[in-house]
Amino acid sequence: MVASEAQIREWLTQVTDPEIPVLTIEDLGILRDVRHGKDGVTVTITPTYSGCPAMMAIRMEIVRALREQGVERVRVEEVLSPAWTTDWLSQDGRAKLLAYGIAPPAGKAQRKSALFGEPDTVACPQCGSERTSRTSEFGSTACKAMYRCEDCLEPFDYFKCI
Amino acid sequence: MNTREQQQFEYLLRLGDSDLILGQRLSAWLGHAPVLEEEMATGNVALDLVGQARSWLSLAGELEAQGRDADRLAYFRDAFDYRNVLITERPNGDYAYTIMRQFLFDAYHYPLLQQLSGSAHEGIREVAAKSVKEVEYHVRRSSEWVIRMGDGTQESHQRIQAALDDLWMYTGEMLTPDDVDDALLEAGVGADLEQVAWSWHDRVRAVTEEATLTLPDESWMQQGGKQGRHTEHLGYILAEMQHLPRSYPDARW
Repeated sequence: MVASEAQIREWLTQVTDPEIPVLTIEDLGILRDVRHGKDGVTVTITPTYSGCPAMMAIRMEIVRALREQGVERVRVEEVLSPAWTTDWLSQDGRAKLLAYGIAPPAGKAQRKSALFGEPDTVACPQCGSERTSRTSEFGSTACKAMYRCEDCLEPFDYFKCI
Repeated sequence: MNTREQQQFEYLLRLGDSDLILGQRLSAWLGHAPVLEEEMATGNVALDLVGQARSWLSLAGELEAQGRDADRLAYFRDAFDYRNVLITERPNGDYAYTIMRQFLFDAYHYPLLQQLSGSAHEGIREVAAKSVKEVEYHVRRSSEWVIRMGDGTQESHQRIQAALDDLWMYTGEMLTPDDVDDALLEAGVGADLEQVAWSWHDRVRAVTEEATLTLPDESWMQQGGKQGRHTEHLGYILAEMQHLPRSYPDARW
């Protein structure tokens, strides 16, 4: 039996980002294409950051998830272009991030022309306050920055725009 | 490879090796950075640079078509085959020195990648368009730190001024084109270093002015990294970085 692309995408919802396990690769926008031809299934993904260490784990998870469903021949291809952007994060993904305690990206990922752009207004994922400040633009993973809420005083991660 | 391909190969090695060596240098701060936030920031920047290096060296290996992939090029070349700019192999020094080295490189790296995002070569265009988004964060951070240290305490001011004075002679090489740069610019593949230099000078002037630092006088500039003539430091970096794959060539994760 040849599985439809929709069916394969459904199976791939099992594959999550190992560093942010609430997000599927589709939520993150790194699943770019699924094709089913005579020589098996080809899944195309794109890295979030050039050095993202999760890519290897994600490739293995894709192969494992499809093998479990009886798809034996799986090829995972990596493309760089068009470059991944946080604008591809799904609405569903944004809601999941917030529920997980990570503030989703605020606004669009356009180029900042000024040397030091005004930092985005980021609402605290715990209490919703917009009185927050940035501790560092680099966080526990490449895609996150560190913030602190001035009202509830909780530190939190922000999924930064890129 | 014909002459044109040979020049492209050299150019890709320059891009990849500069990222790789600076990434390796920065990695040495892990576990030693002055505050936790900077520990993570330094690690993140190192990771971006090593990731970008892998992309550039993969392109170089494909072009050469001798079966060398990014790992092979990174781990099995000697210092005279490396093409990184000399500033990237400068020792880490104190944190002011690391930050100033980063700033002077970022201020070049960012406009370089902006230019390469419009390259006639598809692979170069794609890697540059991806990398420039990451480097935008790098240059903002290093600029902020230069200002914070320069306009900070007497001690931090003195240290970062000393770093600027010491590193200055390594900046000319990044901005001075040679035959390879000229040939690739003419082919529409490489960056216009004259424009990169304008952008670099603008940023360096603006940031150091706000940081109350004094730019060194025009002086003699070091050259050679892009042609494979390195300082004594590169050999030590490679010895550490290449030790494992050279001792155990078939080692796998």
